[in-house]
Amino acid sequence: MKQEALENIQPLSKDDFISDQMVKWCPGCGDHAILAAVSKVFPKLGKRKEDFCVISGIGCSSRFPYYVNTYGIHGIHGRALPIASGVKIANPNLSVWVTTGDGDAMAIGGNHFIHTMRRNLDINIVLFNNRIYGLTKGQYSPTTPMGDVTKTSPQGTIERPFNPGELVMGAQGTFFARGIDTNPKMMTELMLEAGNHKGTSLVEILQNCVIYNNGAHRMITAKDTKDDYQLHLKQGEPMIFGKEGNKGIRLNGIDLEVVTIGENGITENDLLVHNAHNANPSLHLMLARMMPPEFPVALGVIRAVKEGVYESLLEKQIEQAQDQSGMKSVDDLLFSGNTWDI
Amino acid sequence: MSEKNKNVVEKEDVVVRFAGDSGDGMQLTGSLFSDSTAVEGFDFATFPDYPAEIRAPQGTIAGVSGFQVHFGHKDIYTSGDYADVLVAMNPASLRSNLKWTKTGGTIILDRDAFTEKGLKKAGYHSNPLEDGSLDDYKVIDPPITTLTKEAVKDLNVDHKMAQKSKNMFALGMLFYLFHRDFKSTFDFFEEKFKKNPLVVDMNKRVLKAGYSYADSVEAMRSTISVPPADLKKGTYRNITGNVATAWGFLAAAEKAGRELFLGSYPITPASEILQELSKHKQFNARVFQAEDEIAGITSTIGASYAGALGITTTSGPGLSLKSEAIGLAVMTELPIVIVDVQRGGPSTGLPTKSEQSDLLQALFGRNGECPTIVIASQSPVDCFYAAYEASKLSVEHMTPTLLLTDGSIANGSEVFRIPKVKEMDSIDAPIAEPNDEDFKPYKRDEKTLSRQWAIPGTEGLRHRVGGLEKENISGNVSHDPKNHQLMIELRQDKVDRVADYLPEQKVVGKESGDILVVSWGGTFGVVREAVKEIQEEGKSVSMAHFRYINPLPKNTGEILSKFKKIVVCEINKGQFMNYLKMNFPQYDYDLYYKIQGLPFLVSELKDKFNEVIEKLDQ
Repeated sequence: MKQEALENIQPLSKDDFISDQMVKWCPGCGDHAILAAVSKVFPKLGKRKEDFCVISGIGCSSRFPYYVNTYGIHGIHGRALPIASGVKIANPNLSVWVTTGDGDAMAIGGNHFIHTMRRNLDINIVLFNNRIYGLTKGQYSPTTPMGDVTKTSPQGTIERPFNPGELVMGAQGTFFARGIDTNPKMMTELMLEAGNHKGTSLVEILQNCVIYNNGAHRMITAKDTKDDYQLHLKQGEPMIFGKEGNKGIRLNGIDLEVVTIGENGITENDLLVHNAHNANPSLHLMLARMMPPEFPVALGVIRAVKEGVYESLLEKQIEQAQDQSGMKSVDDLLFSGNTWDI
Repeated sequence: MSEKNKNVVEKEDVVVRFAGDSGDGMQLTGSLFSDSTAVEGFDFATFPDYPAEIRAPQGTIAGVSGFQVHFGHKDIYTSGDYADVLVAMNPASLRSNLKWTKTGGTIILDRDAFTEKGLKKAGYHSNPLEDGSLDDYKVIDPPITTLTKEAVKDLNVDHKMAQKSKNMFALGMLFYLFHRDFKSTFDFFEEKFKKNPLVVDMNKRVLKAGYSYADSVEAMRSTISVPPADLKKGTYRNITGNVATAWGFLAAAEKAGRELFLGSYPITPASEILQELSKHKQFNARVFQAEDEIAGITSTIGASYAGALGITTTSGPGLSLKSEAIGLAVMTELPIVIVDVQRGGPSTGLPTKSEQSDLLQALFGRNGECPTIVIASQSPVDCFYAAYEASKLSVEHMTPTLLLTDGSIANGSEVFRIPKVKEMDSIDAPIAEPNDEDFKPYKRDEKTLSRQWAIPGTEGLRHRVGGLEKENISGNVSHDPKNHQLMIELRQDKVDRVADYLPEQKVVGKESGDILVVSWGGTFGVVREAVKEIQEEGKSVSMAHFRYINPLPKNTGEILSKFKKIVVCEINKGQFMNYLKMNFPQYDYDLYYKIQGLPFLVSELKDKFNEVIEKLDQ
């Protein structure tokens, strides 16, 4: 958008994005908090309200577009990402957001997920990970922990779960952050960073399904255990966590380990310092993989690196083609090359 | 032209068939021959016939690749049944193509390829050059490989490379036979190999060597002369159906003032449309090679929502994968065009062969009541107009549109009289105005019933669309029973009303009589030729060829009512016939079908028509 046009825009507020539709998520669902966070972030992104487009697939999370007053598409199961890609390529000026769930993005939409990551279009994905199929009432999902009993795994699942962060790194994703629905302030910060990141951003929200998987993230959300199982990553700062603030993450050989500051001569200097901008994803992958009870869960911006953005590269090719081609209209094409008159 | 050659045979039209190993460059040889045909002012049609494997085992029947060119003085509707001249570069190609050669026709062979090994690979038990099995043909069998090497021996090229150009020797012989000029072919060499002058030189020499050889041998006693066609004034070019389809979309996007978006996944025989549009970023064509068929169409839906002319291209298996998403486009009432270049099915089927067996899938292959516009292109050139028209109907009626072409017209080529985009019908997208206070996402135009296209970024029109049923006008999610039925009826009615904007169905021949031959899509040329020939024999046969499948033209029933018997010809097991029966059960239908991965032959169609005539007379 042109600068002068931007200056004429009235500052927007959260209310500009509240739609007139009744929100039909269950009371107590983590989705309400995510909706509140997104509505807070949109006004801060320097766009007109007409320039937002929210796209989803199918699932509880995917009702989201009806609840924000922007342009939007409630698509079909698993396909939010290619729909969003089409929107963004057709109009790169739009701020495109995708809301999706662990089933929508990791199972039926798994193929689109990895390819969207490697293309690096400037779109923002909010992944509501409740580790269960909620809308279809309680079957296990690709992120359900091994052994969990669900409606379709009465003896416990026998599938190893996906960790979305691992897929992001494996598919050369440029932005991965993880938040939790019980911490609205952090969610808002992460989404703002995601919105400002040039390239595909994935914000995974560990979200609680009160009906079908209540307490899925209990260990990291319960008052008595959360400090020991949440590591809040901050750029340039050592990785410290724990109730007493005395635990840290250290690299031991090629593995991470939890250490206690003050024990065995460990000081803050021995801990890893977070650098989300490191092009090498190895450490980001290890951080994303950390799981209780051995490790805390890493929250915050885990990876944020600069890479070529698909639609910018495309625009460049278009400009180049327009500069180099003598063809100004389709008539020029029709009459080009080998033609003859009769 | 040489003085000594005094025998010139005059012909109205000629069919030339090139056959060789799939690595022998027969498609290129055929195209170069068609280009030279074009420049001489003939009407013509081509038909490539190639295996699914890129390089099947060398020398075997499975690896034979063919290319047929039919050109002439009269209107050319088909690529021809049987060849007047067969060029066969090895024993396997002779063995598999002899049956497509007219008795008494000319066969040009490479004697060098008829070795014991070559014969064995082709499954010959004796050498056809010696056992008399070719006595009914005029056989010209120079040692093409040897002569090719000879022609380039003082150039610094290795044997392997020299051998690659032996197809140009055969082409040179044909140039002599048909009095052709080298220019268009030389131009091609110079453009194609501009970085490698040696290759240009080599190909030119071999082409000339073939020409001189033909001029000097007794075997080529006569040449064939065909007077140029009586074509309408204008500028012409040669074009294949897939390229014509791509260009039709470019023209439509320009005319509609929308940017073009193509979301597509490579699939035979549709990939050339994707490849062609990828070349045209100068027209702001945004081509997205998706990770799969579903991403192809869903990205197209996204782009259409964002205001682009959204296109997705595929073939039968891909259309199956796109079904659910077509439903989303129907529900969201967004304009997209889905191109299905039909091939042999079911499943992977015959990827490189043509069929018309996706018709019912195109019409009905989705969950729920899910009507779309369906139109079918009738020839390579018509692909240009059909793509344009599909875009126009889709945008103006805010309805997804299926465009059916098929492998034979997609790869076949024809003479194209170039139109001016300026002079083509306008395309008027129903775009919603900014800050229109009366805007409602599903408010409808009174005549067309189409909703407005409210494009993201436009002030005052924020709205959501989606796959859940919507309340009419407001566009809110609705589970109201009566609203659901209303919306189903509205979506159907919207498609039905497209008939008000279509031209009337035409009949070739008398408007009433004994037999009406009905065809649709890519079989137009061959059915037209068969009907023409049978009409010339004074028989009461008329023809109606359908381009508009859904909705059918308004006068369809009236036309059908005027004939005793309706003979539907199609490359499937009677899908269009059954569709007509469903809509007009009161008439008497008969079916001629063939599903062999091959086009109809004029002769077999005429046999069928004669059989029906005889039965009627009894």
